[in-house]
Amino acid sequence: MPADQIVRYIVFLILTVMTLGGALGVVVSRNLFHSALFLVLSFAGVVGYYVLLDAGFLAAVQLLIYIGAIAILILFAVMLTRGLMDKRQSQHNQQWLIAALVALLIFVVLAVVLWQVEWPVASEQALASPNVSVSQLGQELLGPYVIPFEVASVLLLVALIGAVILARETES
Amino acid sequence: MDATVSWLINLIPQMTEPVARLIVDLVYAGALAFVAPVVVVVAFTYMERKVIARIQDRVGPNRAGPFGLLQGLADAVKMLTKEDITPQDADRIVYNLAPALAVIGVILVYAVLPVAPGVIGADLNVGVLYVVAVGGIGTMAILMAGWSSNNKYALLSAFRVVAQLISYEIPMIIALLIVVLAAGSMQMGEIIAAQDVPFLFTLPLAFIIFLMATIAEIGRSPFDLLEAESEIVAGFHVEYSGMKFAFFFIGEYMHLFVGAGIATTLFLGGWRGPFLGEVISEASILGVLLGFVYFLIKTVFIVFLMIWIRGTLPRFRIDHLLDFGWKFLVPVGLLGLIAVALVLKLPFLSSSGLMWIGLLVANILVIVVSLAAVSMAARRSRSVALRGVVGADR
Repeated sequence: MPADQIVRYIVFLILTVMTLGGALGVVVSRNLFHSALFLVLSFAGVVGYYVLLDAGFLAAVQLLIYIGAIAILILFAVMLTRGLMDKRQSQHNQQWLIAALVALLIFVVLAVVLWQVEWPVASEQALASPNVSVSQLGQELLGPYVIPFEVASVLLLVALIGAVILARETES
Repeated sequence: MDATVSWLINLIPQMTEPVARLIVDLVYAGALAFVAPVVVVVAFTYMERKVIARIQDRVGPNRAGPFGLLQGLADAVKMLTKEDITPQDADRIVYNLAPALAVIGVILVYAVLPVAPGVIGADLNVGVLYVVAVGGIGTMAILMAGWSSNNKYALLSAFRVVAQLISYEIPMIIALLIVVLAAGSMQMGEIIAAQDVPFLFTLPLAFIIFLMATIAEIGRSPFDLLEAESEIVAGFHVEYSGMKFAFFFIGEYMHLFVGAGIATTLFLGGWRGPFLGEVISEASILGVLLGFVYFLIKTVFIVFLMIWIRGTLPRFRIDHLLDFGWKFLVPVGLLGLIAVALVLKLPFLSSSGLMWIGLLVANILVIVVSLAAVSMAARRSRSVALRGVVGADR
């Protein structure tokens, strides 16, 4: 095995420990703030995967959106919710049974999808020069994939307006 | 970097190219991660104190060494010998992790900073996006520091900082978008290559927005609400002492350097300057050094600009600060973005000279229109009676 391959495997191993360990920490930790920080660790592991796969744009976007925005939003929500700042929290409430069922269902669906779908593999030629330029990505997003792109942006707009309406003070 | 690699191979002929590259990489990374912070922090704190002193009609540090030059060193020794205090009931792991993350978040940005022709950690094709993305780590660090200190002032300050950082990230991204649009690339090297005329002169609006957003991101005056002493003691690092406090300090000054460096790269043409490329080759050692000197001169100029602003303007109030970001910088930035996009597509601006003039005119137009709108709004709000002020109607 060539040397760079070995390095890749080692990095992959570290990233896997980071991602799965972080995910486990989210569930196991009794402190909600620590859970959120473990979530960040898990996200960071995914960033590493993207870098390992030469998907620089995706890695930067993952870092920007998941760690820079979503994780910080979650931390904010944790801090601003009354009673959640205690050092120790119970890990389950009355809804644990339903939650477990839903989680199991999602797992089954994902497993089936992973197993059944025949994933397209990039050609040797594409793998040889994996650096997709950003302009290429833009052309694809606004060309063949314009409808999902626009639907996603409309969804985000709806969420934005919804948030504004929810946060608006009622005038009395 | 290639220049250094070939120089090393010429020096020791037995060395193979990958080995030479590895050595050069390690040396550069070490230099950036260990030497640069010390030099940057010592130099900039000295510069800042001297310049601020001059603005305030004082002398500034003048005791340690000639002209007070060793003041930074003395401060470093003092920091190292201070007692390391951890508050009771602090969240120890998070508390100790936060200062390190604050510095890591800034060092990561160095990777895409082109300091001289060919000398750049990694010329990513998403360089600009990377700069914005890595900024999130610093925000995390501040939130962690504020929470784990188990101090209400620290927590309040952390909330403020995050509100500020998130608010000013948006105008910053818009300013970056304008540059990317004009350069046609997110790669730092290509952005420099596109600046035959520095973007400062063709896109002044983007530069102004970027400079303000950068000052807010670093948390310097007039946007230094995160450490508004009169309101929240010292801010999120109130419980930190000794070297851990110094880490936040180092992070702040390195952020200052990186912010100015990115501004230099994006708006002042980076390491480009007279004679370089025409008389002296960019690949030669002399060319690299000259480029580095140009880069430093421009960066120090931007840092000076920031210190000047700090010495001149009073601190914002928190609601004014958020209003300024959301209700002024964001709409103006969007307007500028649209204007630049339109100008770039105009058919009769075929030659690049005409294009630059067109961009400049569009930028100035947007600046004038937005300033006029603001002054009109201000006049209207002033003519309204002081109803908002408590007790004014009595």
